[in-house]
Amino acid sequence: MSETAERVKKIVVEHLGVEGDKVTEEASFIDDLGADSLDIVELVMAFEEEFGVEIPDDAAEKITTVKDAIDYIEQNKA
Amino acid sequence: MRRVVITGLGLVTPLGADVETSWKNILAAKSGAGRITRFDPTDYACKIACEVKPADHEYGFDPNKRVDHKVQRQVDPFIVFGIDAAGQALEDAGLTDMSEAERYRAGVSIGSGIGGLPGIESESLVLHEKGPRRVSPHFVHGRLINLTSGQVSIKYGLMGPNHAVVTACSTGAHSIGDAARMISMDDADVMLAGGSEGAICPIGIAGFAQARALSTAFNDEPERASRPYDVARDGFVMGEGAGVVVLEEYERAKARGAKIYGEVVGYGMSGDAYHVTAPHPEGAGGFRAMQMALQRAGMNPGDIDYINAHGTSTPLGDELELGAVRRLFGDAIGNLSMSSTKSAIGHLLGGAGAVEAIYCLLALRDQIVPPTLNLDNPSEGTAGVDLVPHHAKERQVRAVINNSFGFGGTNASLVMKAV
Repeated sequence: MSETAERVKKIVVEHLGVEGDKVTEEASFIDDLGADSLDIVELVMAFEEEFGVEIPDDAAEKITTVKDAIDYIEQNKA
Repeated sequence: MRRVVITGLGLVTPLGADVETSWKNILAAKSGAGRITRFDPTDYACKIACEVKPADHEYGFDPNKRVDHKVQRQVDPFIVFGIDAAGQALEDAGLTDMSEAERYRAGVSIGSGIGGLPGIESESLVLHEKGPRRVSPHFVHGRLINLTSGQVSIKYGLMGPNHAVVTACSTGAHSIGDAARMISMDDADVMLAGGSEGAICPIGIAGFAQARALSTAFNDEPERASRPYDVARDGFVMGEGAGVVVLEEYERAKARGAKIYGEVVGYGMSGDAYHVTAPHPEGAGGFRAMQMALQRAGMNPGDIDYINAHGTSTPLGDELELGAVRRLFGDAIGNLSMSSTKSAIGHLLGGAGAVEAIYCLLALRDQIVPPTLNLDNPSEGTAGVDLVPHHAKERQVRAVINNSFGFGGTNASLVMKAV
């Protein structure tokens, strides 16, 4: 797992209170990890803080799985 | 009128995070006061509080027992305390497994005096330092006072009345009184009722200290600071925590063989119409609240064995309350015991009335009244009244009054008695 993936996973575990082994790259925040729309807003904020990226609302709407988040961050981080 | 009894209790207090531990420590005359640990109080006039202790403490609070990790991260402490106390009360009543039909008739009325002040403070700083895009999406519903009731109803599927009282330090008593009336009026059969508070944060301590409400003379001896009726009292000590009871319609409780702690027989409410923080100079509002509660109960002062006083340890309030009790009780005051458990756990503000109602019910159960700590030199006006100094006292307890008075001049009295 890449360093970015590790850090994303850590944030997801902390914010959603889920077991680490459930946070696979394919996992959907809402369908698999019990998040609601507000949790995703909070996750996106946490990713922005952690990686120093800005994730505009239209991009955030497309982030539905752990892999979506990792890919966006890999492509856009400074 | 449908009769209303109490069938479950839940407590999170600075002296214990369950009912029996908190009560045992109250009776043992322990103090929950100490130097503030939540933030560095060095620059504050008041450096002490009665904090709920951490999970690794002998009588600490473990939020993980009943509150989901995710919820803990999103909400302020008063909601966490309230959810846990509500869960304890439901478990104690044996009502965690109600049918859907029962849950339509079960509601929640858990209020708070102040609500999410720590979170309002910290998110304001985030807004100021990092801008609006960094404010938590959970900011609003993690701070709103009615969200204890909301969270509890969601967690336990309670679909009856969902209500939250906000009457400063009278909140807990009003919550129980109002919820009892909802059952009396047939709006519900079961109500979780009470109050919680978690406002020990920099802006909370600074604000109450600037209002000259907090004790500042005992920063080096925190356990001596809350001293209701004592000549050296100089303000209250801030507490935190929650008290929640299960109120239940009497016939229903009897039919299912529930353990019954007591009955809510009287409830009186009044407004001082005098001053925002100072009590009425003759304690007129408190007098009328007690008088109306007794009238509603169809009882005389001589029927009351114990009053859990509002008794916050402020210079003005304590003697005015005692004066009102003296006028109402007349000669019957000779039989009365009256104490302030705020001497041990501090002032839980919106939680106080509910926590103290629970201590009243335990006094009824165990036939013992809790002490007023630090009452070394009683004020002049206290002569001839048993204020239960220093040590708990075994005695007959048939019926009790629980008094709560709040900023804004809002007063509530509850009368409860054994069934």
